Parts: sequence; structure tokens; C-alpha cells
Amino acid sequence: MPDAATAESPILQLRGLRKKFGDLEVLKGVTIDVRQGEVIAIVGVSGSGKSTLLRCVNLLELPTDGDIVFDGKRVPYESAGHVFSSASRDISRLRAEIGMVFQQFNLWPHKSVIENVIEAPITVRKIPRAKAIADAERLLDSIGLLEKRDEYPARLSGGQQQRVAIVRALAMKPKLMLFDEATSALDPELVGEVLALMAKLAEEGMTMMVVTHEIHFARQVSDRTIFIDAGLIEEEGPSREVLNNPRSERTRQFLDRVLHDRGVE
Amino acid sequence: MSSSGQDIASYSGMYNAVDGWWNQIEVYLPLFVPASWVVIQVSVLSIVLSWACGLVCALAKTSGYRVLQYPAEFYLWFVRGTPLLTQIFLIYFGLPQLGIRLDPFTAGVVALGVNGGAYVAEIIRGGLLGIPQGQRESALALGMTYWQSMRRIVLPQVVRIIIPPITNDAASTIKNTSLLSTITIMELMLQTQVIVSSTFRPFEFYILVSLIYLAMTTVLMVGMRWAERRHAIAY
Repeated sequence: MPDAATAESPILQLRGLRKKFGDLEVLKGVTIDVRQGEVIAIVGVSGSGKSTLLRCVNLLELPTDGDIVFDGKRVPYESAGHVFSSASRDISRLRAEIGMVFQQFNLWPHKSVIENVIEAPITVRKIPRAKAIADAERLLDSIGLLEKRDEYPARLSGGQQQRVAIVRALAMKPKLMLFDEATSALDPELVGEVLALMAKLAEEGMTMMVVTHEIHFARQVSDRTIFIDAGLIEEEGPSREVLNNPRSERTRQFLDRVLHDRGVE
Repeated sequence: MSSSGQDIASYSGMYNAVDGWWNQIEVYLPLFVPASWVVIQVSVLSIVLSWACGLVCALAKTSGYRVLQYPAEFYLWFVRGTPLLTQIFLIYFGLPQLGIRLDPFTAGVVALGVNGGAYVAEIIRGGLLGIPQGQRESALALGMTYWQSMRRIVLPQVVRIIIPPITNDAASTIKNTSLLSTITIMELMLQTQVIVSSTFRPFEFYILVSLIYLAMTTVLMVGMRWAERRHAIAY
């Protein structure tokens, strides 16, 4: 839901973001501005650090160095991760504003579809149960899965599970959505329904950061593409330029490989 | 079955057992009711305490904080490396020296609960490790706190996987209440010993008390199996 007044100010700024796992530096200083309503595709080979980058944004991984500014406020991630500190509440509040969709869906198997969707609005946002259910039903209806409201996730296809996972994140009315290889674990014939939902969200003005191997999707849906290589931004720009006429040799090699593999399929 | 026949039977042991044993059991059976009730009370309280100790210890061990991990490690190491009987004596006879005086019932519950907790902790920890990391991450990513993600998302799933091992542990606790006969709690074992010492019918009464223990552990196992099935319906 883009807000006209803030349409030009970045909703998220990453400044010189670094992340080390022991001696291994996975992110070596990444700077990105994400504007309201913008859809950013993040591509790169496995192990290039793109998933880690995404997970640093909502602090599932704590950065080693650098700044994260979300909605105009610097995120005090240094004190996060301490269960008993008050900063961990700030972190939870930040995460409530940022939706995330995982490769493995991560729906909760002991809860029905509707319970998965209303859980966070009720426990985190303290929305009354009746309203949470009404909202969830509207969302489920919008993706054509309302009749599955009382099913458990195990009874849904991978594509349906992932769409429920997206709706579960949307139920929190996030200002930013992160997609971490949302279609990589899906059977090929189920990829389309998830990409279609993501494209619909993009069209409705949702701000999105999408880590993906789906180059065609990135080209058609994303405004900007960032190519990450060995923990650094190798190339970035409007998606059509980066993905059609990459300036960097590494980007070109990567695209050749990815597009070729997809072609052979 | 005259009363004089009963007397002869009790003195001549097994030879006249057929004539006298049922009479004896009929006479003494009422004494097993309060003793059983003591076992049930001690067991329920100890089991609940062991779950609480086990949960706290498992969360401490998986917390990633050394200040929590080390005490938990020490607790597991001490409790699992020493005999339960020693622990019971330590709590009942030893603690009064430090000014902590517990009545036998409380001391028994504490000893069995703390002892069971060490085993429950490892069961829960195993259960926690059995839940994919993504389950908690998706809860955290939606803004839940550590406690919310544990209580609402992770632990309900842990409960389901640990029901069978936790049942075995609870059955052990019921059986271990027999050790509390050593600290003057009039539970089933001590009651039986008292009766045997005046009837000289160890075989009959130890069989009888075995059947009572079996009834309790069987009810527990059936109950837990029912709980397991109820939790399994969902998925």
C-alpha cells in the first residue's frame, strides 16, 4: 500500500552491511536503498550471500557491521538476540513490519490454514480474534484457498502451502516483503501459481525484495535487479538492463548459465 | 475357613496357603487404599515437577547462553551420575544440616521431581532439536518474541514427539516412589513390608502390590496413548 507522501523516501536503507560466520565473510559491505513500492530482484550464484543479505534485513541473522535504517529509524541490531533485553522487543516490532517468505514455506503443521494466518495478528498485533478471522478469510478468498481454511498444511500442495505462507505474512500488513527463493522448493508445475501471486502483489504496490533464480520473473516483475557475487554487489540497475545487457562479465556468465539450464529443462 | 484354620495357615506357611491367603488379603486390603493414594499423590506431583525442571533445563541448555548452560549441565551431570536413593537421603537427611527441613512427603516429591527432571530435560532437548529451525524462524519473522514462538509454535510440536519417551519416564517415577519407603512415607512398599512382617506371606502380598503398581502404570500408558492419538489427528 504505497503512501503518496513518502513515495520517494527509502523505506529501507542498508549501509555497508557486513556479515561474518566465524572467519568466513559472507557479506562484505552491501549498500542498498529500497523505495516504497519498489520491487527489487536479488540474483547470484548459491553461496554468494543473497539469502544472508535478506535474513539480515529482519535480523534472523545479525550483521557484523553496517547500518540498517528501516522507515527512517536505525535498527539497533547490536543488542538484539538477548532474550531478556528490551531491544529484543524493538526487534520483534521491526519484524512485525517486514513479511518474509521462506524457501521451505515453514507453515506450522500443528495449526490449520486459518490458524496459521491469524496466529501472528492475534499474538503480536493483539487484533481481536473475530476480526483476525474475517481478515484472514478475505485474504484466503483472494488467493482462492478459502475452502481450505480448516485443512492442515500437510494436506495442501507445495504451491498452495507457499501461497498460504505469503498470505500469512500479508495478514500482518507488512511495509516490506522479503522472498527467500520462494519457488526453489516447488515442483516445476507449481511454480507458476506462486509467481503469479507475487506478481499480483507487486502490481498492487507492495515493496518487495526477492531473492530468486527465476530470471524471467525478475525481468518482468522487478523494477531493479541487484547481482550479488562473493558478498558484494557486482552490478545493479533497472532489471531490463541488467538482465538483458549486463555490463559485468560475471553477471553475463551467471545469466548464461541460469538461462541455459532453464532452457534445457 | 475358621479362624483357627487361618492361624494355622499363617504359621505353616505355604502348605495351607490355599486355605488362608485370600482371607489374609481380604483383611489387609483396606490398608492398600491409603498407601495407593499416597503413591498417586507423590507420583503426580513429582511428574509435574520433573516436567517443569526438565523444561527449564532444556530451554537453558539450548539457549546459547553459557550462564544458563553451565548450571543446566551441572544439574544433568550430578543427577544422572548419582543413585536416586542417595539423592533421596541427601534431601531428607542431609539438607536439615543446612537448616532446610522437609517433611518426608515433600522431600520425596522434591527428590523424585528433581531426579526425573534431569531425564525429562534430555527428552525435551531432543524434541526441540527435532523441530526444524524454520518453524521458529517463521514465527520470529512475524514478530513473535522468543517466548511466544516457543509457547505457541515450537513446544506444541515438541509435546507430540516426546509423548512416548515421557510416558516411560513417568512410569519410572511411579515405580521409584517405592524407594520413599526408606524415608518413612507409608506408601505401597512400606505398607506391604509391614503387612508381610506380621503375616509371613511375602509371596502373596508382593504379588498383590505388583498388581497395584501394574494397574497404575497401565492406566498411565493407556492415558498417554490416548493423548498421543489425540495430538496426532491434526497432521
